[in-house]
Amino acid sequence: MKFGIIVFPGSNCDHDAYHVISKHVGQPVDFIWHRDTDLKSFDALIIPGGFSYGDYLRAGALARFSPVMESVKKFAATGRFILGICNGFQILCEAGLLPGALIRNRDLHFICEHIFVRVETSDTPFTNEMKQKSVLRIPIAHAEGNYVCDDATLAELERDDRIVFRYCDPEGNATEAANPNGSRDNIAGICNSSRNVLGLMPHPERACEDLLGSSDGRDIFRSLAATLAAVA
Amino acid sequence: MKAKVYVSLKPGVLDPQGKAIQHSVELLGFTGIADVRQGKYFEIALQDAADQEQARESVARMAREVLSNPIIEDYRVEIEG
Repeated sequence: MKFGIIVFPGSNCDHDAYHVISKHVGQPVDFIWHRDTDLKSFDALIIPGGFSYGDYLRAGALARFSPVMESVKKFAATGRFILGICNGFQILCEAGLLPGALIRNRDLHFICEHIFVRVETSDTPFTNEMKQKSVLRIPIAHAEGNYVCDDATLAELERDDRIVFRYCDPEGNATEAANPNGSRDNIAGICNSSRNVLGLMPHPERACEDLLGSSDGRDIFRSLAATLAAVA
Repeated sequence: MKAKVYVSLKPGVLDPQGKAIQHSVELLGFTGIADVRQGKYFEIALQDAADQEQARESVARMAREVLSNPIIEDYRVEIEG
C-alpha cells in the first residue's frame, strides 16, 4: 500500500504526515507536488494542513484550482481513500468533494489547543479500528474551522451516518461548551457518501506519540492501514 | 471597462467578523446599529471586452466559480463602461 501526501505552496503539516505514515504506519509514502497529476501509484492520499496559497480569498479556495486537484477528484471517484486534515478539509469542501464550508471561528481567534472529539461512527475506512463513542484527545490549530451547512445537508449527513467526529467534553458529551469554534452540531469531521473521503479539522498526525501529549490520532491511520491491507 | 464584484455572506450564515465590528463600532458610541455584515469587494479591469453583456457574463462566471463560495456567499456584479 502506498500513501501520497499532496504539497501545495503553503502546506506545512506535510512532513508530520509523512513521519506518521513512515514511522507509525510503516508504509511507503511520497510527497506529491501540486503540479503533478499522476496519482496511479497511490492507494491513499493525505491532503495535509497548512495555509495553501496563504489562505488568500478563502481558506482552501485557490488550492482547488491546482493541477493535481482534477486527478484527486478522479482518485476519489475510483473509490480510493483521501484524508483531508485541517486545510485539507477546507480544500475538500471548496473542491466540492465534501459538502458544507468552513468559516471563521465563532470567537474569531486562531485556536491552537488539544480538544476532545467523539468517534460518531466506526463505519468508515478511517475509524473502523475504533469503537463508536470513543473519545480522542487531538489538537486543533485553525482560524476557519467553523463548519456550516444548510438544513438539508445536515439532515442528509445525519441520515447517512456521515458525521464522523464531533467536538465533545472529556466524558464524550457534545456540549456547546465543548465546541471550540462554533461548528454546526459540534461537527469536527465528515465523510462523503461513498465513505472513502474524510475531512476533519483536528490534527491526528500531531497526536501519534505520547511525547507530543497524545497518541490518540494513531488509530485513524491504523484504521486506514487496516482497510488498505484488507483491500489489497 | 471595469467590473465590480461584491461578495457577501448569505442571510442566515453567521458572520463572527461582522459581529465583532458591530461591537467595536458600538464601543465608539455609535448607536442604533441593527447588524453589520462583512463582505468582499473586487475591482476587475477588463481588456478588450467586446460589450457590456459579454463582460457581465464572464465576470459572473468568475464570481460564481472562484470569487464566491456559493454554499455560504452571494455575489453581485456591476459593469462600468
